[in-house]
Amino acid sequence: MSGSAVADFKPFSRTQMALRVANDIPEGWYVNLGIGIPTAVADHVPLDREVIFHSENGVLGMGPAPEKDKIEPWLINAGKQYITLRPGGSMCHHADSFSMIRGGHLDLCVLGAFQVADNGDIANWATSENDTAPAVGGAMDLAAGAKRLWVLMEHTTKDGSPKLVTKCTYPLTAPAAVKRVYTNLATIDVTERGFVVLSMAPGLTFENLQAKTEAKLHLPA
Amino acid sequence: MINKIVQSMADAMADIKDGSTVLLAGFGAVGQPNVLIDGLIEQGAKDLTVACNNAGTGHIGLARLMELGRVRKIVCSFPRSSDPVVFETLYRAGKIELEIVPQGTLAERMRAAGAGVPAFFTATGVGTKMAVGKEHREIEGRTYILENALYGDLGLVEAWEADRWGNLTYKLAGRNFNPIVAMASKLTVVQTQHVRELGDIDPDHIVTPGIFVDRVLHVPYGDPSGF
Repeated sequence: MSGSAVADFKPFSRTQMALRVANDIPEGWYVNLGIGIPTAVADHVPLDREVIFHSENGVLGMGPAPEKDKIEPWLINAGKQYITLRPGGSMCHHADSFSMIRGGHLDLCVLGAFQVADNGDIANWATSENDTAPAVGGAMDLAAGAKRLWVLMEHTTKDGSPKLVTKCTYPLTAPAAVKRVYTNLATIDVTERGFVVLSMAPGLTFENLQAKTEAKLHLPA
Repeated sequence: MINKIVQSMADAMADIKDGSTVLLAGFGAVGQPNVLIDGLIEQGAKDLTVACNNAGTGHIGLARLMELGRVRKIVCSFPRSSDPVVFETLYRAGKIELEIVPQGTLAERMRAAGAGVPAFFTATGVGTKMAVGKEHREIEGRTYILENALYGDLGLVEAWEADRWGNLTYKLAGRNFNPIVAMASKLTVVQTQHVRELGDIDPDHIVTPGIFVDRVLHVPYGDPSGF
């Protein structure tokens, strides 16, 4: 037995999710990728499409991870992984780096999230009001400051609870900030109507997607 | 003759008082003035408020300073690290106060302090629990919150090159918070990998002009490792 007919669809893999985001980033955009799954998006943007990646610790023009024998110990990204710098890359201090973010100079930020609400609210930094040691990092700056905020995340939690909700129950990172959500099941725009489904994983029906989503889904007008 | 280069850690750490606010540069281990932190541990000042992006790793550096009970309060954006055991233990036991600040707000609060701007409005944190209790203002249709400048009594900085006037350069991602910590602090102490003769650093390459620097200690420790 290979499961019921209801489960007869194929969710996108992590690699496919990152690829789908990468395919939607045009040449010339300045982009910040959050730590976690969003970091993998950079691997799927071909080098001849000039997208300039920003890392909050003062790196603009970040390139791929170095080969093991070519690590530069003074060059790390926000996730504190070793990186490379592309020709044309530049360094700046933290206040200038966050001026790029807060001053509205980034075309796009891609973040992971715990929850996204259908008014664009995002919760991605703490899972309760009494988190033992909450760690916000640059998430609130990115969510409030980038021209566009896209979220890349699983459609539900590990136990199947919806992450696309009518109201975030976790502490907010920013209100009404998310423009688009890429999940392992669908790509969904956040509009004045709420969530509008742009595309779905192969074999998945709209009804089935709705069943995994707390907030109401809409079809494009 | 101006000479900000000091010959010993004792000179670098002279007259640091209990109760000081200490701004600590670095992002992970890169650009973090670890040797000066060890000097501060040795120097003995206590009841400190420390502002730093992270809250220490393992049992060394900032983590060691906290473990010794010398830090009353930490101001940071991301207290988690690869090994935040000291911070988490103290925090759960109620032995350290935490002020969590969005990273860009932390950086801007330091720059504001250095620039003589006592407070500024930002959209970061609006509509979140960071905004609770803060002054809100609507400016041209968008809501902002007021954030205060963050001044340091002491700033600890790591540079790549320095000269006797205190002019500094940095290496790659080692720049991070260093220039703004230097600007924001009443007493800025620098550890530098290289000491250059006055005039040997290209003026176009100096990132932190010496006006922001008080003491420089030559610490050629090599490359950062571990985060």
